[in-house]
Amino acid sequence: MGLIQLGRHQKDGEIDVITTTIERAVNWARKGSLWPMTFGLACCAIEMIAAVSSRYDMDRYGAGVFRASPRQSDLMIVAGTVCRRMAPVIRKIYDQMPEPKYVIAMGSCATSGNIYDSYSVVQGVDRFVPVDIYVPGCPPTPEALFDGILKLQERIMQKRVFTKQPEQVKGKVEA
Amino acid sequence: MHPLAERIKREFADGFVDSVEWRGDLAVTVKRDAVHAIAEFLRRDPEVDCDYMVHVSSVDWPDDDERFEVVWEVASIRKRHRIRLKTRVPESDCQVDSLTDIWHGANFMEREVYDMMGIRFRNHPDLRRILMPDDYAEGYPLRKDFPLQGKGWRDTFEFLNEKG
Repeated sequence: MGLIQLGRHQKDGEIDVITTTIERAVNWARKGSLWPMTFGLACCAIEMIAAVSSRYDMDRYGAGVFRASPRQSDLMIVAGTVCRRMAPVIRKIYDQMPEPKYVIAMGSCATSGNIYDSYSVVQGVDRFVPVDIYVPGCPPTPEALFDGILKLQERIMQKRVFTKQPEQVKGKVEA
Repeated sequence: MHPLAERIKREFADGFVDSVEWRGDLAVTVKRDAVHAIAEFLRRDPEVDCDYMVHVSSVDWPDDDERFEVVWEVASIRKRHRIRLKTRVPESDCQVDSLTDIWHGANFMEREVYDMMGIRFRNHPDLRRILMPDDYAEGYPLRKDFPLQGKGWRDTFEFLNEKG
């Protein structure tokens, strides 16, 4: 959890005092209330939906409140094949999300384009938005998506809170 | 020969080219100039009565003299039969009559053929690209001489440079 417990109550020995850093406390709160944006583009979306529903219940990790608006969410799960015509839309929605924001590329298509090495398919969503976690699979099982979310939570715990995150876009092509 | 193909051959002797029947599917190849008249016949004739436009597609035969082939598939809901109407289009004069005035359902599908193969449809009410962006400049992606990975459009993100 990252919280350090130090003192104990004098009388009954119950945990009484917890000391930590503000950064850790803020990160702990952030990782426990990830609100994802629904961005289902293809068949991966079905697995994403399954991950939220009762059998798997993504809410256990605090990441179950799917928002239909980018302004209320801090995690974008790009689930599915990213066509070039969809790219400006994804970028616009990413820009509309408030900081801090995270991106999970779910599935082989969002990660690398998968087998769709064609004129209309972007070869990985990381070409125009910075991606935090790549979840492999075609499509990934809900368990794989959970692993991605848990890994993301680990990463959030290591982030600096009071500095702006640098924006990294790989493979930016000069126009 | 299928009785319907025989009728087309009799009534449109100049336009008829060939007919193939394979596993119960009738495909009639006609000349490009006769497409609209024969389609009108398929739609209006009470015996044929094809009231449903199933699909419009196109084929690229790069080695043939008349390179492209446009295929319309129509069916009759009442008579329960279907017929495939084909015609060849040369690359030098890449256009064919639209059948949108006979079947409105052909509208979007003919736009798709135009978008992907570059075949223009005469008298089409709204012949614009339908799947690709209006300003897409790399040509027609489903032609055989179009590179599989495109010509760079998929890797160009001009919207990244717009913002400061």
